[in-house]
Amino acid sequence: MTALVIRGGQLLDPAAGVDAPKDIFIKDGRVAEIAAPGKLKGITGIDVLDATGLVVAPGLVDMHVHLREPGQTHKETIATGTACAAAGGFTAVAAMANTLPVNDSVETTRWMLSPERGAKVRVYPIAAATRGMKGDALNDYAALKSAGAIALSDDGLPILKESVMREALAAAARVGLCVIQHAEDTRMTQGGTMNAGPASFRLGLRGMPAEAETSLVERDIRLVNDLRDARVHLHVAHISTAGALAAVRQARRNGLRVTCEVAPHHFLLTDEHVGFYNTNAKMCPPLRSAADRDALLEGILDGVIDAIATDHAPHAVHEKEVEFDKAPNGILGLETALGLSLRWLHKEGKLPLGRVISMMSAQPAALLGMKGRGTLTVGSFGDAVIFDPKAEWTYKVSETLSKSKNTPFDGWTMQGRIRWTVSEGRVVYTHPA
Amino acid sequence: MDPSLEEIGQVLTRATALEQMDPLERARILAKRRVALLFYESSTRTRTSFELAAKSLGADTTLVSNLSSSIEKGESLKDTGLTLRALGAETIILRHNSSGAPWLLEAETRLPILNAGDGMHEHPTQALLDLRTILAHLREGATTVNEKTLEGVTVAIVGDILHSRVARSNMLLLPRLGAHVILCGPKGLLPELAAAAGPNIAIERDFEAALNRSQVINMLRIQAERLAGQQLDRDEYIAGYQLTGPRLARCAPKAIVLHPGPIIRGLEITAGVADGFQSAILEQVTNGVAIRMAVVERALSASAKGGRA
Repeated sequence: MTALVIRGGQLLDPAAGVDAPKDIFIKDGRVAEIAAPGKLKGITGIDVLDATGLVVAPGLVDMHVHLREPGQTHKETIATGTACAAAGGFTAVAAMANTLPVNDSVETTRWMLSPERGAKVRVYPIAAATRGMKGDALNDYAALKSAGAIALSDDGLPILKESVMREALAAAARVGLCVIQHAEDTRMTQGGTMNAGPASFRLGLRGMPAEAETSLVERDIRLVNDLRDARVHLHVAHISTAGALAAVRQARRNGLRVTCEVAPHHFLLTDEHVGFYNTNAKMCPPLRSAADRDALLEGILDGVIDAIATDHAPHAVHEKEVEFDKAPNGILGLETALGLSLRWLHKEGKLPLGRVISMMSAQPAALLGMKGRGTLTVGSFGDAVIFDPKAEWTYKVSETLSKSKNTPFDGWTMQGRIRWTVSEGRVVYTHPA
Repeated sequence: MDPSLEEIGQVLTRATALEQMDPLERARILAKRRVALLFYESSTRTRTSFELAAKSLGADTTLVSNLSSSIEKGESLKDTGLTLRALGAETIILRHNSSGAPWLLEAETRLPILNAGDGMHEHPTQALLDLRTILAHLREGATTVNEKTLEGVTVAIVGDILHSRVARSNMLLLPRLGAHVILCGPKGLLPELAAAAGPNIAIERDFEAALNRSQVINMLRIQAERLAGQQLDRDEYIAGYQLTGPRLARCAPKAIVLHPGPIIRGLEITAGVADGFQSAILEQVTNGVAIRMAVVERALSASAKGGRA
């Protein structure tokens, strides 16, 4: 049995419409009571976090991370990845299936969920949509869901075959899961290592055209439309182009259940940040043009984009210390997402704090149907991030809890210093004061 | 990153001085200094001229090629570079099939790196030797340059622009001296956005229209090794873009013809044009040695900061 009181903070729970000073009592992993300051009843002799002057928000939910376990533990493990998550304020992370072996089985899903993995925060495995992520045969979605899978995705690879994608959407809908598509028509991106545009031409790097994303998102939306089943839910992973966003916007107007997420690097950086072949600016989808970046910011402000997700993708230092075209795709994200979002969306972009928090907690939790996450109401999980929204700090990747160091944000100024992260009533991160 | 026009002038001036110097005196300049050539792609002109250039200055050179070294066993560029440095290399001349490889090698070894061609990106010494060739023909061998030196000169770069590091280095360098660059080639080898690479670059798809306006014609080889599955109709290409004797006589009878080599006779250029009186192709090769002497000396001189020429 655990018990914890968070006292004196400003509770910001967008899902519940709360933005007020509250004390919170968490017992046995769940929120047991919320009361006006000093009004909690009958609580003695337990741990207290003094959150005076701080915001207490629901623990953040990252619907897109790569924890690299099983199989690539030199990059990250479930233990180190979730330690990063805790440091970044996340209390639930959805782990993509491109592990070794691919998580396309009940056994691997259960293995990832085993307490022996040493997860610091809650891990929700996303199972592969197709066997071995080969884009052909569907997995057993009902069995995977029973084992704990929260969604289905071949992330890292797209499901190109139309018939397979249609079947995946329909089969997932029958068991109440969404299909998360990494939208990249790989027939148009062969050999590509960055966004196709003036920068790629100048650098002599093969380009990945924006149309490769846009066209596949458009096709998938057409499939959702054709299926005529309200349960069908397509989620577009790491949206990066203005065209794909426009397609999602139109699909929503047409009443389709099509959602999308954006990663901080895509709404902050452009293909110019590749600079002189910085492999820490290499990811897939790649950093896009300024026009795409601006469209994403607009999509955040007007609400078409549902969630901020990190696409946390660790790679060992030696794997990134290679020629640009040989470097693997991906960057870290868990430790910088809140700081970047608060700085650039809230402080500079004037997006209300509650909206930022919602896009990083309640909205992704709702998308994936995570029960009791993304909100801090009585009965929900005792997941909280407690931070000073005004404090600025500098991200130093030398201090990362990840096994890897691949970030373009080393030395960047962040907003919103996290003091504690609480996962199901346990303090899983304390800022070294 | 890019050298200033003043520095380019210094290289041109020094190239001429070194070329004219007594060979025995010249061989004392870098006597027993260690220069490594690290080549991940095959090369005749660039490799040999860099090697001869370094040797002419008295340096000891060693060649490491990807096909007869531990690179074949999987040794990384970083480790190969550190190994060469530990062996005493003071500069590394790098030819690599990955764009940007010189930046990586420089960051990891902290040695001055000379870029002998990186992927589809740049081939800086080729642009300098092309410039030297152009100046010899159009500006009486001038060696000091400014932003007006090539005013009124139009240079056509023709063929496989997309995959060509020579094209990029030339199209970025020549306009800085006042030249106008016309890029000419089919869409698959010349994307529209190439014109946005820098100032004073235009695209002309019609080869003869490009020839009509040009005093210098730089023909490029189709980089079959970089086509990445792109299908190219050879006959169509020849019909549209091959530099033939009649075409040259009709449209640009006074222009000089350049080609970075290797030439594929009968494809982008006919044998008659390659061997003809307007061809400066072998002069380019000779100029390569002079230019590379100057940049190797520069890389190893205490005062010059390491860079990529």
